[in-house]
Amino acid sequence: MNSREAIFASIRRSLAVHGDEAPRRFEVETRLKEAPPGVVPKRGQGDLPARLATFKAEAERAQASLAEIADWAGAPAEIARFLRENNCPATVRMGADPSLAAMPWSETTLEILHGPSDGRDVNAVSAAFAAIAETGTLALVSGADNPTTLNFLPDNHIVVLPRDAILGDYESVFAKLRGAYGKGGAPRTLNFITGPSRSADIEQTLLLGAHGPRRLHIVIVG
Amino acid sequence: MNEVATSAHFKENAHEALTDARLQGALGFSRNFVGRRAAAVARLPEFDALRDSARAIKDHTLAHLDLYLEAYERKVRESGGEVHYAQDAEEARQIVIDLCRSMGAMSVTKGKSMISEEIGLNHALEAAGIEAVETDLGEYIIQLRGETPSHIIAPAIHLTAKDVEQEFRKAHRDLPPDRSLAEPEQLLSEARQVLRAKFLAADVGITGANFLIAETGTSIIVTNEGNGDLTQILPQAHIVIASIEKVVPTLEDAAQLLRVLARSATGQDASVYTTLSTGPRRPHDPDGPRAYHVVLLDNGRSAMLGGEFEDMLRCIRCGACMNHCPVYQAVGGHAYGWVYPGPMGAVLTPSLIGVAEGGQLPNASTFCGRCEEVCPVRIPLPNMMRHWREREFERRLSPAPLRYGLGFWAFFASRPALYRLGADLAARAMRLAGRGKGRFSWLPFAGGWTRYRDLAAPEGATFQSQWRARSGAVR
Amino acid sequence: MNATAASEGPTRTSQPRVGLFVTCLVDIIRPSVGFAAVKLLEDAGCKVIVPSQTCCGQPAYNSGDRATAKTLALQAIEAFEDCDYVVAPSGSCGGMLVKHYPDLFAGEPDLAERAERFAEKSHELVSFLVDVLGVQKVAARYDGTVAYHDSCAGLRELGVKTQPRRLLAGVEGLTLVELDQAETCCGFGGLFAAKYGELSNAIVARKADDIRGAKADTVLAGDLGCLLNMVGKLQREGSAVKARHVAEILAGMADGPAIGESQKGPRQ
Repeated sequence: MNSREAIFASIRRSLAVHGDEAPRRFEVETRLKEAPPGVVPKRGQGDLPARLATFKAEAERAQASLAEIADWAGAPAEIARFLRENNCPATVRMGADPSLAAMPWSETTLEILHGPSDGRDVNAVSAAFAAIAETGTLALVSGADNPTTLNFLPDNHIVVLPRDAILGDYESVFAKLRGAYGKGGAPRTLNFITGPSRSADIEQTLLLGAHGPRRLHIVIVG
Repeated sequence: MNEVATSAHFKENAHEALTDARLQGALGFSRNFVGRRAAAVARLPEFDALRDSARAIKDHTLAHLDLYLEAYERKVRESGGEVHYAQDAEEARQIVIDLCRSMGAMSVTKGKSMISEEIGLNHALEAAGIEAVETDLGEYIIQLRGETPSHIIAPAIHLTAKDVEQEFRKAHRDLPPDRSLAEPEQLLSEARQVLRAKFLAADVGITGANFLIAETGTSIIVTNEGNGDLTQILPQAHIVIASIEKVVPTLEDAAQLLRVLARSATGQDASVYTTLSTGPRRPHDPDGPRAYHVVLLDNGRSAMLGGEFEDMLRCIRCGACMNHCPVYQAVGGHAYGWVYPGPMGAVLTPSLIGVAEGGQLPNASTFCGRCEEVCPVRIPLPNMMRHWREREFERRLSPAPLRYGLGFWAFFASRPALYRLGADLAARAMRLAGRGKGRFSWLPFAGGWTRYRDLAAPEGATFQSQWRARSGAVR
Repeated sequence: MNATAASEGPTRTSQPRVGLFVTCLVDIIRPSVGFAAVKLLEDAGCKVIVPSQTCCGQPAYNSGDRATAKTLALQAIEAFEDCDYVVAPSGSCGGMLVKHYPDLFAGEPDLAERAERFAEKSHELVSFLVDVLGVQKVAARYDGTVAYHDSCAGLRELGVKTQPRRLLAGVEGLTLVELDQAETCCGFGGLFAAKYGELSNAIVARKADDIRGAKADTVLAGDLGCLLNMVGKLQREGSAVKARHVAEILAGMADGPAIGESQKGPRQ
């Protein structure tokens, strides 16, 4: 018996089952198929204006900074302003996300680099897949559009978030995910990000910028 | 073979901890967790309902663990990953070393993983000639010191900033010796700089998993630093090491558990990074690992199913039980002598290394019940510690004085008339002995008490004897 | 039973028969707490009886000696068979009767049912007064500032939290202050205090700091074990803070020496 078989045999011995019981299999299949939501907190619920307000409050609690702009065309200017005011270099790296690519970057003096980060970038821009009002959390998915290294290696992470992508809760993001990747499917990496990187490992003192970004700036569009 | 345990010497370990002034100073930091958790719970009216939900999810999964593991394994394979099974620590270590060797890996970065601690992975990797670097700041610090974690989510909580500075000066010899490290910010910044180079150079990244999702074949890690992410997205391979009970059915189930995890652990509504990883990078992905392996460890857990310690398998490793434990707060984590400290450690340790080795731990509890009160998955920790004491008693492993003392006392306590007489005589005699002061500052056979505290002397005749005298006079 | 009930007809419903489970520590070390409990129960209209009794079995139960615990549990269940209620001036022993007796006999249907019935009629003293008898206020006076420590088993197993505070609020002359860590264990834990004396001491040292910080002149609790531990530490440290069982205050019987204080003249 190999280890896999030994472990399954031990589990089944302890549970006093043989593994072929139809009702058990049915119960498991049903749960995997139906994915019941459980208890979903009220905090993130409500119409879009309510979700926006909750999202902003919660993200700020998590020490993210926020800006709201009317349309996509205004994003480069806002990003340039943020970098200037924080004395950051005027270079940003981003992936191939079409909504980012379509922005009027030439209206700013920002230098734009494309592709994943090798650790030498100070600033990165990503587009969010969704956001969660309940906890002020961004959801980002891996891929050529928004490489995952951009979420972690640069010092400043700027995330562009369409207003109507602010959902109430994790469950709503999963629904959107299933729409994009199919039931049971997933991107290689789904990052839920709530504020900038931090550590409290030294004397329980909270310090920002542990291994990931020191700043997280969210630009809400729309 | 597991990491060497000193749990059998808990009393001696505790003595050392209590007389270590530096440690006692540092332990004060751990008390911050209590208020933070309370504040987070107060902000979420659904918290208790979520605890019930979390508990039900875990119970349901454990009752169908074989089937959910099968489903999980299938999905990992579909997404291009591989699943390996390890019955014990030795086998798990060997699988990881073989994987590293097959990829020609010389250096490994690691996210925080209690399973890695449980199987003693770092030593095994080093012995195999592979550099293993812990990247969680706390884990990195204790790795430099050659220590084990003293807390499951705050591994270096037993250290002060001064201790960390000394360690960094010793370890980072290529940095200017006259640099300032007086501020915690400077320590963090230095660790960031040193570890950034390690992240970028690593051949393999190893993380644990907070949850495994059967629906999608996904592993989840939760961090605040982002180290677990840099560990897994930069090297050519990502190895996940997790124990078999980490699996949950669906994404929704994971969300229920995540909602109680961060709040119970650090008092955050959500940790900064909750990362769901599924297989290796996809064909058009510009980054991410090219290989994805999961090592599933049993190490005694399958035998706990269906038994009186099954509830312990619900544990999601939040650390709330130790944060709220008066014993943990007094001695810290190292006194527990193995990998898992505090109440969850007191229950789990005898299961994993045997009651003969770990039996001291479930005895070292006042049964105050605060651990159960705060446990996000409602594990009846005191009851299970009591079960261990029963096992110990049945196997005659309890200390002889306790066994004989109990037997002597039980003889009287099960004979009410004799007991009343004996208790009355004893109370009267002790009243005479303690007369004047009304208390004892020393008593034979009660040295464990009177060495540290006075003991009130009895008032005189027992209540029962006085009551009988009165009733006799009246009626 | 019928004859008895008939002869006591008028009083039977208005005067419940309450068996006092006095607890070992009160029986041997501080009988005055037992008499305070009797007074409180009688003032609230109960007929108090004290069946011959020993220990609830908790020391054996918590030491893993289930057989002895069961023997003592059955002994207690039988001793209080004809009581309407069983009341203990202790959350710890009360918790044993209410929560752990049924556990002890799980899997033995007949005994489990008896234990269940016994558990249903068993209560901790102060919660019994407030929750069952509906006592709102006691006629007592105590001139002093007191802090109330929530003993663990009473708090977590039996939900004793507001009841003692409510009754203490009605005691004339008394000022109640809250400890910073009222719900933190004092480190007593029964045999734990002796088996792990050094550790227990470290825990009670922090409790003693908390008590001194609250600037109370008296610390109260519903369990004599915790009180012995806390005042033993305070006295060893030379503190003048007194300790009393909450029943002594509520019964207006706090004239005698506080716990561990010198007694004048022989008694009994």
